[in-house]
Amino acid sequence: MTTHLTHLQRLEAESIHILRETLAEAERPVMLYSIGKDSAVMLHLAKKAFYPAPPPFPLLHVDTTFKFKAMYALREKAAREAGMELLVWQNPEAKAAGINPFDHGSAVHTDLWKTQGLKQALDHYGFDAAFGGARRDEEKSRAKERVFSFRGAGHRWDPKAQRPELWRLYNARHARGESIRVFPISNWTELDIWQYIHQEGIEIVDLYLAAPRPVVDYNGLMIMVDDDRFPLKDVTPTVKSVRFRTLGCYPLSGAVESTATTLPQVIQEMLLTTTSERQGRAIDHDQAASMEKKKQEGYF
Amino acid sequence: MTNGFAPDPLIAENIEAYLEAQQTKNLLRVITCGSVDDGKSTLIGRLLYDSKQIFDDQLSALEADSKRVGTQGQNIDFALLVDGLAAEREQGITIDVAYRFFATDRTKFIIADCPGHEQYTRNMVTGASTADAAIVLIDARKGVLTQTRRHSYLAKLIGIHHVVLAVNKMDLIGFDQAKFDAIVAEYRAFAAEIGLADVAAIPISGLGGDNITEPSPNTPWYTGLPLLRWLENVEVAADADLARPFRLPVQWVNRPNLDFRGFAGTISSGRVAPGDAVRILPSGRTTSVARIVTLDGDKASAGAGEAVTLTLADEVDCSRGDVISIADAPPQVADQFEATLVWMADEPLLPGRSYLLKLSTQTVTVTVQPPKYQINVNTLEQLAAKSLDLNAIGVVELTTAAPLVFEPYADSRELGGFILIDRISNATVAAGMLHFALRRSQNIHLQATDVGRDAHAALKNQKAAVLWLTGLSGAGKSTIANLVEKRLHRMNRHTFLLDGDNVRHGLNKDLGFTDADRIENIRRVGEVAKLMTDAGLIVITAFISPFRAERQMVRDMMAPGEFIEIHIDTPLAEAEARDVKGLYKKARAGQLRNFTGIDSPYEAPESPEIRIDTTAMTADEAAALIVERLIG
Repeated sequence: MTTHLTHLQRLEAESIHILRETLAEAERPVMLYSIGKDSAVMLHLAKKAFYPAPPPFPLLHVDTTFKFKAMYALREKAAREAGMELLVWQNPEAKAAGINPFDHGSAVHTDLWKTQGLKQALDHYGFDAAFGGARRDEEKSRAKERVFSFRGAGHRWDPKAQRPELWRLYNARHARGESIRVFPISNWTELDIWQYIHQEGIEIVDLYLAAPRPVVDYNGLMIMVDDDRFPLKDVTPTVKSVRFRTLGCYPLSGAVESTATTLPQVIQEMLLTTTSERQGRAIDHDQAASMEKKKQEGYF
Repeated sequence: MTNGFAPDPLIAENIEAYLEAQQTKNLLRVITCGSVDDGKSTLIGRLLYDSKQIFDDQLSALEADSKRVGTQGQNIDFALLVDGLAAEREQGITIDVAYRFFATDRTKFIIADCPGHEQYTRNMVTGASTADAAIVLIDARKGVLTQTRRHSYLAKLIGIHHVVLAVNKMDLIGFDQAKFDAIVAEYRAFAAEIGLADVAAIPISGLGGDNITEPSPNTPWYTGLPLLRWLENVEVAADADLARPFRLPVQWVNRPNLDFRGFAGTISSGRVAPGDAVRILPSGRTTSVARIVTLDGDKASAGAGEAVTLTLADEVDCSRGDVISIADAPPQVADQFEATLVWMADEPLLPGRSYLLKLSTQTVTVTVQPPKYQINVNTLEQLAAKSLDLNAIGVVELTTAAPLVFEPYADSRELGGFILIDRISNATVAAGMLHFALRRSQNIHLQATDVGRDAHAALKNQKAAVLWLTGLSGAGKSTIANLVEKRLHRMNRHTFLLDGDNVRHGLNKDLGFTDADRIENIRRVGEVAKLMTDAGLIVITAFISPFRAERQMVRDMMAPGEFIEIHIDTPLAEAEARDVKGLYKKARAGQLRNFTGIDSPYEAPESPEIRIDTTAMTADEAAALIVERLIG
């Protein structure tokens, strides 16, 4: 059938609707911003939703202090250009204990900096609605996640307390102490994200494009040595042409060998590739259904 | 079967050209209906697999899982691809709506995977509410079952116009055409009965991949399209909405500075262009569209499904919840409706209780009458019902506290579909579809009077108020209420005492003590109290009024600050020990049913204006305290 809107236009309209609906119904919304490609798309959609006003809520980066340097640089620039306030939260306990992925492992590192840090930040600022860039195609258990995900006291996710979502109707009402995580790009796939970034000319961290970078083999992943905190011991980094499919903490984000130096080439590789996006993430390999467990604990 | 969707050669040859071609892709939402036994998860897993949405690492995990917990022996169990939550995987059933994505070169699909279990009407209605098309899946060995009828009825109820019957497991009946034809004939007869026209039917095998992406060599007698090709030809519902009159429910008013006032929302139907004459509902004011504003520059026109920001030529009142419509064909405005309700909560519908109704961007309080009838989704019989339980569907009349801008659901999902929200828990308890406005709501208008409520109170030299005493039977409500009135009377205040027992001898003598009757009892008392405050009186009431929701309902009827909730707080043991009327003894002996505190709950106020601890003060001290708080 021919149609008056393309699939990207429909996805865009749905996301804008969700952003506006949340703003209208929540008391104090915030947009979680991780500087990755999904965050970049979500931020772009927010600019469109509220234009000519700047998005009427702050950006919050729950920082682990181990992101790539290039990500920190883009973070400041993106917030400034959007005309939004940027809040950065670093878990003071994790900071005091010097938590890092090398000595404490990915599970402890992620839990303290990200999961606990996020809860602390939301409580600290009193946000009752937080936009997140999660997508349903990322992982099996996410297919059943609502667009509006309810968290009770202590940010716990209870599968039984989730509300049915009909039509374009979202029920955002909640009692004090409860909060909502809102996922405006739930229905986008990785390919949609890349196509949209290409179509709209959205700025992303250049780590997504292939370039010669120093990498080492670390826990089975190809890890880029981004600063001198990496415990090199006897290994010498090799310079390879690599790019990243997902970006998080640099010691936990596996690179893939690639020669794709333009967005269309990245999309081309993606369409011809044979491994899924989350495979480059250390935290998913811990155990089956691990995202499910993390979600119940309050991880995004 | 081989992979039906090998990568397009264009991807490798000329990615730019490929991306260009992808720009025209459509988006279609589909719901699959059927039970685990019909092979639904297998079909969806097959669609993902054949459209190359499964990667090698997922495939190796799948192969390992298939051998460990699969039901297909050494073969790949596609169903494991789509079973999500950990607990469900162990139980071997899917228990909620899951959304999956896959794409062909022409269309991106969002599939709502809904469980076919007996008790999950709620999930199917949820998944179907956004669907453009429905796949009704049946097992070729079993034919049309009760659940097939149920799924089809629900698809029809929710307004899905494109339904395809997928007769699965054809491999297990040897691709027998006669058996297929018989099943289709039986189904079509039923479909016609419920008003589903133009049902397509396709013989498939999810396991083997027959007639999924390509015509199967096993069914040379079948000349129709394979399932995916059929889906690619379905018209998107939003495109059908383009031909209807323009409507934009306002979500948010955009006021970045004094010079700009934009109205943001998603166009639910029709098209709009600058210069179009529009009407704002419910006010009825008219103006015209000035601009369609976007980040990428102003647009010359926009249509159904687009999220836009409009500016208007004149400074007219317009806020969230209003609907901007084409001027000469506006939607209706009313406050009484007939509707179909699908109940989605464990706690049943309480007729008379006030809920919140959210329709598009409008949220109002609403009360629901007892159902006219309930529908048995298996037999389609109409049954008498006093309430609606989880997964029940019924036809009801409802009254909203403020007028709603609406259209019948058959015309507009956006302006005819609504949800009900519990006011205490905030849970979504029901989904509903408006049929039509009741004539009487268009004929009864509020009569404006010249001597207003403030004038009534001023003449009495007082401020009207409701002193609402709530508490267990025997807590001391009537005693304290009586003392309060005596004190106020001595102070020349004009008062009236409404007492539970007295009202039940007259106004409410037709009511008993079921939850529904208790709610109606309080509603009537609330309305009487409201009339009395309009007359300028200080009203004192003494009712157990056990439910928070009804006390909230009465609070909402009154002007802000007029409702003073007073919790006469006496522990159950204390009230039972006093047992002035001997009622607790009777209740304990089983001679009195639905007695508050014994076999019917009392929901204590969470933050009453005044709390009286009767174990710490006398009735007279309590009355003095209340009067002091009122008069100051």
